[in-house]
Amino acid sequence: MEGAVLAVPAIGFNAVYAVLRFANFAVASIATVGAYAGWMANTALGWPVAPSLLVAFLVAGVVGVLADEAALRPLRPSGALTTAIASVALAIVLENALRFLFGNDPRGFDLPVYRDWRGFGLHVGPQQVRDAGAAVVAMAALFGFLAFTRAGKTMRAVADNPMLASLKGIDAVRIGRIASFTGLGLVGFGGMLIALDTQVDPLTGFRVLLSIFAAAVVGGLGSIPGAVMGAFLIGIGEEVSLLVFPATYRGAVGFLAILLMLSFRPAGLLGQRVS
Amino acid sequence: MTAYLASLMVFAGINALLALGLNIVWGLGGMINLGLAGFFALGAYASALFSLRLGWPMPLAGLAAIGIAATLGTVLAGVTARLKGDYLALVTLGFAQVIQLVAANERWLTNGTDGISGVPGPWRSVLSPTQFDLLCMALCWGLVTVCWAALARLASSPFARVLRAVREDEMVAAVAGKRVLWFKIRAFALGAGVSGLAGSVYVHFNGYIAPDSLDVLLTLNVVLALTLGGTGRMAGAVVGALLLEALTEGTRFMGGVVPALSPVQVASLREAVIGIVLILVLRLRPQGVLPETPRAMSLEPEG
Repeated sequence: MEGAVLAVPAIGFNAVYAVLRFANFAVASIATVGAYAGWMANTALGWPVAPSLLVAFLVAGVVGVLADEAALRPLRPSGALTTAIASVALAIVLENALRFLFGNDPRGFDLPVYRDWRGFGLHVGPQQVRDAGAAVVAMAALFGFLAFTRAGKTMRAVADNPMLASLKGIDAVRIGRIASFTGLGLVGFGGMLIALDTQVDPLTGFRVLLSIFAAAVVGGLGSIPGAVMGAFLIGIGEEVSLLVFPATYRGAVGFLAILLMLSFRPAGLLGQRVS
Repeated sequence: MTAYLASLMVFAGINALLALGLNIVWGLGGMINLGLAGFFALGAYASALFSLRLGWPMPLAGLAAIGIAATLGTVLAGVTARLKGDYLALVTLGFAQVIQLVAANERWLTNGTDGISGVPGPWRSVLSPTQFDLLCMALCWGLVTVCWAALARLASSPFARVLRAVREDEMVAAVAGKRVLWFKIRAFALGAGVSGLAGSVYVHFNGYIAPDSLDVLLTLNVVLALTLGGTGRMAGAVVGALLLEALTEGTRFMGGVVPALSPVQVASLREAVIGIVLILVLRLRPQGVLPETPRAMSLEPEG
């Protein structure tokens, strides 16, 4: 998978981790929720890619916040590990809700097919360029949100020092919700980008979970620039691995990267937290 | 009906073994292993291949399965034992996914997604199917009893006392002169070995193993069984496995209640119930049915 596309859900995962301090495994199914939402907008309403991506973001964000409120927030006082385990259960519940509604059949987007651009001995798929462009726009929007809006700055404050933030009267619950909405919305946005390249089915997100984790861990859990850097490294690693391994082992590259990173620099490239 | 109940009890027994394995790691050591499906798969494939390809007798193939699962458990724990809870959850889940990838892709070894069939079972050819199921039930619960007794004994040993100390506060355990890392690695390897044994039992009873039966749901089932029963106590693991079996079989009849549902919808509801119940148990009764009882501290010297 391309680094730019992978970066979007990886950023979402790290944004949630930065504020709420737990590994949210439900991102696997939230990505799938986004993929289905975008697919519905595209095929049932006949919308083009850009507004469908926005639908993917909004639906995944809303579903993510509601699921988090119902299932995970009450468990957060019991610790990060309990919450993480519950988030695996949540992922299974969401996956099966989608399976209940849409069945197991793979679905595809209704899109025109473009011929590859050729030049300088290279083939470039316009779809890939479009997906990478969408990913860059999403990332730019997030950085803008974090840098210039009050809510974004508050989120960074909570991520940086929750104690100090609460002394300053910042409502941690509200900021948690904003973080969940933006983070999980981005995961859904990324889920649709991934589905554009592959297919929509109840396991769309689960298949890339390992790559998302790898990008997040290599970059440093909780670090948003780290997630971008990690995603590009994993994306390149997965491409290079094709020279040596069959394509089906792409996912294993992420796992190897996680093991190497944790052995030598557990905090990740740009992470501060040392376990 | 007898065969049906007997096969249910075999599956309950397999889950009990997995829950016992997880209980060493999570219940005593406070580490999570979301890679149970991976160790289960290693045990199942190892046992199937050793008995089919090399013609090893089943007990020997089972021992090989335990050995391989425990070895990989040691390696994985060696890399990750210094990590905190959520990192460990992430790495072990990834491990299980990689094992599943390997099982699906290395056709020369595992026959890919078609899986391996025709794995021998104990006296399968001379017994009637019902007799076979009953025998497997007896053998499986025999193994559960042995593991249960051995692990319950272990749970009251100095080894487990150190593990509990590590679970409560690693720093204190380290200050007391305990080699924390070494204790964690041994607990993890032991748990992985027991999971491998469960895989071996499964494959010889079922006669068939394929990668698609090795997903996250298998691990989640065991986490639910152990949480339901109560982490930290070996009896909790066994009771939890029985409760889980009752739950999954109870939901099997949901399809009959609402006839408008398709088989896929019924299957998705049953899987969702597992997730929902786990979230509810974590919320409402995290200590399970049989909570670990804190031992009374005695200031008198023992003995």
